[in-house]
Amino acid sequence: MVLIAFGGAFRYTADAWCVRTRAPPDRRRAVRADDRPSIPLRSRTPTVFDSLSDRLRKTLADLTGRGRVSEADVDAAMREIRLSLLEADVNFKVVKDFVARVREKAVGAEVIGSLTAGQQVVKIVNDELVALLGGGDRVFHLQGNPAIIALVGLQGSGKTTSAAKLARHLVKQGRRPLLVAADPYRPAAADQLETLGKALDIPVHRAPVGTAVVDIARGGITAARRLVRDVVIIDTAGRLTIDEELMAEIAAVSVAVKPAETLLVVDAMTGQEAVTVAQAFKDAVPVTGLILTKIDGDARGGAALSISAVTGLAVKFMGTGEKTDALEVFHPDRLAGRILGMGDVMTLVERAQEHVDEAQAAKMEEKLRKAQFGLDDFLDQIQQVQKMGPMGQLMSMIPGMGNMAKDAQDAVDRGDLKRIEAIIRSMTPRERREPAVINGPRRRRIAAGSGTTITDINRLLKQHTEIQKLMKQLSGGGRRAAMAGLMGRR
Amino acid sequence: MFWRRRRDDEEALPDEGPPDTDLGASESDPGEPTSMADALWGPGIGPAPLEVSGDLDAGLARTRGAFVSRLRGILGEGDEEVSWDDVEETLIAGDVGASLAMEVVERARRRHDPGGAEAAVRAELAALLVPRDAGWSPQPSAAGGPAVLLVVGVNGTGKTTTIGKLAARYSTEGRRVLLAAADTFRAAAIDQLRIWAERAGVPVIAHAPNADPGAVVYDALDAAVARGADLVIADTAGRLHTKLNLMDELSKIRRIIDKRLPGAVPETIFVLDATTGQNGLAQARAYHQAVGLTGIILTKLDSTAKGGIVFAIEHDLGVPVRFVGVGEKAGDLLPFDPDAFVAALFA
Repeated sequence: MVLIAFGGAFRYTADAWCVRTRAPPDRRRAVRADDRPSIPLRSRTPTVFDSLSDRLRKTLADLTGRGRVSEADVDAAMREIRLSLLEADVNFKVVKDFVARVREKAVGAEVIGSLTAGQQVVKIVNDELVALLGGGDRVFHLQGNPAIIALVGLQGSGKTTSAAKLARHLVKQGRRPLLVAADPYRPAAADQLETLGKALDIPVHRAPVGTAVVDIARGGITAARRLVRDVVIIDTAGRLTIDEELMAEIAAVSVAVKPAETLLVVDAMTGQEAVTVAQAFKDAVPVTGLILTKIDGDARGGAALSISAVTGLAVKFMGTGEKTDALEVFHPDRLAGRILGMGDVMTLVERAQEHVDEAQAAKMEEKLRKAQFGLDDFLDQIQQVQKMGPMGQLMSMIPGMGNMAKDAQDAVDRGDLKRIEAIIRSMTPRERREPAVINGPRRRRIAAGSGTTITDINRLLKQHTEIQKLMKQLSGGGRRAAMAGLMGRR
Repeated sequence: MFWRRRRDDEEALPDEGPPDTDLGASESDPGEPTSMADALWGPGIGPAPLEVSGDLDAGLARTRGAFVSRLRGILGEGDEEVSWDDVEETLIAGDVGASLAMEVVERARRRHDPGGAEAAVRAELAALLVPRDAGWSPQPSAAGGPAVLLVVGVNGTGKTTTIGKLAARYSTEGRRVLLAAADTFRAAAIDQLRIWAERAGVPVIAHAPNADPGAVVYDALDAAVARGADLVIADTAGRLHTKLNLMDELSKIRRIIDKRLPGAVPETIFVLDATTGQNGLAQARAYHQAVGLTGIILTKLDSTAKGGIVFAIEHDLGVPVRFVGVGEKAGDLLPFDPDAFVAALFA
């Protein structure tokens, strides 16, 4: 249902309102040029919407019109892959190897001469990404009693929050974790862990100021035995990999307590340094896997790919939000899609669940079924969808809509949704309920009231009718046809 | 060596003693740019130079060393053949971004600079940064009121630590600083800020955890006016730029400042982690849209990261980097010097 609502709002922005902006392209370009008098450095600023699949479609799939794919076309495609991966923060060395491998496979798969080269290359890239991200040991080991887990990483990567999330995750699985505050450096770090532990009703071991970190860790294990806890999660201080003393300290802790799992906590927004950092931690302590944090932002998360490719370490968990329940087991295919800039429908659905009021959604569904979907409801829907995140970003999560995402975002940026709101707010309650009564004079009045034109009003009404039709199809069982209608425009 | 700095700190700043007594006592004379750090970042601004331990030089020298020597090798001295591809790769490795790196190199090539490739790439990079006043410090924008610094950024970039450093810097300069603990969300964030405030000897206005951050800021402004403070620094909770409700909350805090101090234009400082990759631009854009950024502080530059995304951000938004964070103690905040930042890529 959320997707239906989403589709509705999407059709407004993507079809009705973007078409309009696309109509006078010259004016649009002129305005942009005026806005930025200096020579634009980048002809096109890369954004999250620049999905690789769209780029490849442009470079390869369009060739179907004029013939078969040549060697030069493959080169062009490889350049696009390189750029796309680099913009996703995949390490440049990893990109080099990756592109070479994809190229080899593309040639092997006889992409040259093929008519569906674009799709084939996307598939090869996706498969390679999934293979890389899905490799390594992804099992979460909990041997030992207590089983010991150490979290390590740079400052600000999210160790303390992840420790609490992991503890909660383990409680759900019937384990009895104990948290150990082993960060004596950052002010109030132990307080932070204690507060989180209290909220989750999980004990936190902390030691007096001045206790050596190795002793804090050992003390935590003793405390766990005393309190009959079967997992110990050690939250260590953030440290720079060039800080030799602190790296030696964490190595000493590792030797002393021999964790079953040493998880490196990595911020999904990390750039090219991710590889250096991971390698340094791996050299100091036996890292067994990664926790990728802040994945709920719009970073494409290429850092994870770089680390997996270079160190062979697998992502075991992802941090997907600020609350302590926002920890998920890692899905390689989802991150692959994200790095590729292809659809991430699962994330979209999750975000919808997070932001859309269920009771309201149920009411809406009822209205839709009874074909009572008025313009007021439509406004509600648009506002709900907007709560889920930037429109363009949402669009880019739907497979095949990546190229519309930019347009949709532009529409929002220009205030098209605001204009829709203005139009609907200029209508009487009856007009909103029964748009059929809106005749010529009413249209003129609404246009004047909302500061728009009659053409705008007509366009909105036409879209509304179309959505109503679509909704009927959906509730009438013609789901597939309707979805095709939704997705397959353009 | 970098790790030795911590030792030195512990000796120089014992936990029991008031830490700011050591501020101003500097091992190297910051007036003379004899060291690597001085050459890179210049002496600290302001009347009372903050403590910058001698080992910082070594730290900076080392962190930049690999990068610099690489570029040196690539760009060659004199007649050596310059590989533009390698230069581009080096820029990409520094998180400048692939498209921007390509564009910069392309422009540098077309420049036919008599000074050679290095000069050309340097000039192109420098042109991306916005001009700024080196002696900048936050000034009250409304007559009689305090200057307001609103510190924002995504989670874990170092906002609270940076505020601790700013508080130390400005109170050492003799300004009457007041902190607003408006990160009411993260567990123990208020305690963390309090510890920094104690070290700097400045007051904190705080509410209970999970209180309305807007109310904290409002009260802090009230207190600042009542006590005659001339600089209010507000900490805010880290938030991903994609969380619209949280970004709205930030806009609201901004509006509250406007309401309490009509005509006051707060300095809105975006704290960016130098290890951030290309997402940094998206972050900065979203924050700029929500609260209108006036400055950037680039943190964790003492790591191996280069912070190259700053070029794209400054070019795109025209917002200057004001300071760089290079360590975990109060003095580890240095004024940003654009020439030095570019030079650091080539040294």
